[in-house]
Amino acid sequence: MTMAIWQGVITVAVVAFGTILTRFLPFLVFPESKEPPRVIEYLGAVLPYAMTGLLVVYALRNTPILTGSHGIPELIACVVIVLLHWWKRNMLLSIAAGTIVYMLLVQLVF
Amino acid sequence: MAHESQITPGPMSRHSHGGIRIRALKAAFPLTVPICMGFLFLGASYGMLMGTKGFSFVWPMCMSAFIFAGSMEFVTVNLLLSAFNPLAAFLLALMVNARHLFYGLSMLGKFKGLGWKRPYLIYGMCDETFAINSSARIPQDVDRGWFYLWVTLFNQAYWVSGATIGGLIGSHLQFNTDGLDFVLTALFLVIFLDQWLGGKHRERLSAVIGVLASVACLAIFGADDFMIPSLIAMLVLFMVLRPYLDTLKSGSQSDTDGNTIDHTEVR
Repeated sequence: MTMAIWQGVITVAVVAFGTILTRFLPFLVFPESKEPPRVIEYLGAVLPYAMTGLLVVYALRNTPILTGSHGIPELIACVVIVLLHWWKRNMLLSIAAGTIVYMLLVQLVF
Repeated sequence: MAHESQITPGPMSRHSHGGIRIRALKAAFPLTVPICMGFLFLGASYGMLMGTKGFSFVWPMCMSAFIFAGSMEFVTVNLLLSAFNPLAAFLLALMVNARHLFYGLSMLGKFKGLGWKRPYLIYGMCDETFAINSSARIPQDVDRGWFYLWVTLFNQAYWVSGATIGGLIGSHLQFNTDGLDFVLTALFLVIFLDQWLGGKHRERLSAVIGVLASVACLAIFGADDFMIPSLIAMLVLFMVLRPYLDTLKSGSQSDTDGNTIDHTEVR
């Protein structure tokens, strides 16, 4: 570490504070005691679905499409998860199978 | 939802308080198992990374407990290795974590009336915890607050343990875990599928907006800078489509009133 310990501690504290702020801000702006505006209720109803979509894309954001394996291991593993989950609807089974398929593909095939 | 929370804890808490906790634990724990695998692995990678850069395990242990936002902790390692600039670090934390604002908006209703548990639930709301808590269909006989609390607590325990173990190991251990981090991708995808299969037009259209907005922004801005543009694009699309999406909701409420209430209560 190039900075002094106290500078490191302050950096971590400031990052922690910024992160906490992003988590608490909506709850501070719209406290429990008051009914939030109608538009916020609307966003609260539609956003969870959109945010999961964003998280899927976020988790796959570094997939190399034009280079290397061309994202084929990711594609195969995702197809396995979709088919298996559609068929069995078992969360742990779908996640375990998809992850094992992906690990085998990147370690043994690609 | 408020109706339900007033009824369920009442009679049960008179019987046994421990019963509520155990029941919620049994409902919550299985959902956190994939996160346990992912977090122990990713947390350990993060701890080892700090170990190889010369930090004691105390650093990853404290950072994972206090910051508790995976991607931001990786970013902070670089901040600690460059010149001291707390203001830039603060602004960076706000930008990297801007998606939490949307998690909060999504959970305003669900966290209502949870008393002392509420601040911790908000503090510990990482991506994975949010994904589970916002999508879980909590059984009627399980206490909502305790369910959320266990999910949050387990996930944070996994992450802090992983980071601490990684920091202690440093770079002494080599094993082939290539691809294990896919477990978290799989988790998000499965939750997405659950929401899709359990949703109607409005839910599915919302999911499509989330995917399309982020894929478009990923293509335009690249992997490192697409988060904020995606959030803005989503917000704009939801406001533009509000007449359509909001009418759909009130429409479905008026024609199948009982159904819709059931639907929201179970979540």
